[in-house]
Amino acid sequence: MILGRVIGEIHGTIKHPFYESRRLLVIEKIDQYCKPTGDYLIAADSVGAGADERVLVLDEGNGARQVLDSKDGPVRSVVVGIVDDVMCD
Amino acid sequence: MLLGRVIGQVVPCIVTPGLEGVPMLLVQPLDKTLKPKGKAIVAADSTRMAGLGELVSYEGGREAAMALDPSFVPVDHAIIAIVDGVNITA
Repeated sequence: MILGRVIGEIHGTIKHPFYESRRLLVIEKIDQYCKPTGDYLIAADSVGAGADERVLVLDEGNGARQVLDSKDGPVRSVVVGIVDDVMCD
Repeated sequence: MLLGRVIGQVVPCIVTPGLEGVPMLLVQPLDKTLKPKGKAIVAADSTRMAGLGELVSYEGGREAAMALDPSFVPVDHAIIAIVDGVNITA
């Protein structure tokens, strides 16, 4: 899993049926000190995360499909947690 | 998933069984500010509706093929959605 910060959402009318009524969040990847790494990804939401929240993103297909209760959905990244704090020495 | 811009179309004359009729589009990957980043890729279009210049969202890896029917096809990038808007609020 990776740490990220929600920076926004994308929306579109035409999409794969699996993504109907799912929120797609734009996630900025961050390091252990919560500094942006410069990279980003778009992930489906499973916890109701909002803008500027630090989140835990599962970036692996089989786990993501399990979380979203799907056998064959074309999904790889899913937000699985909202992070309150990161402690790192 | 990542954002991309459709910059062209690829017209194959022979494709592997299962990929007949699937549009192959040239997609320029974008960063979060919608600026081009890296080299263009060829992606199968699972929406069948993406056109030149459109902003799309594509999936890479094994999950790309799962967007297509049949899903056991040799595809590594697939367009999943046509993006109407990107709302960067934070």
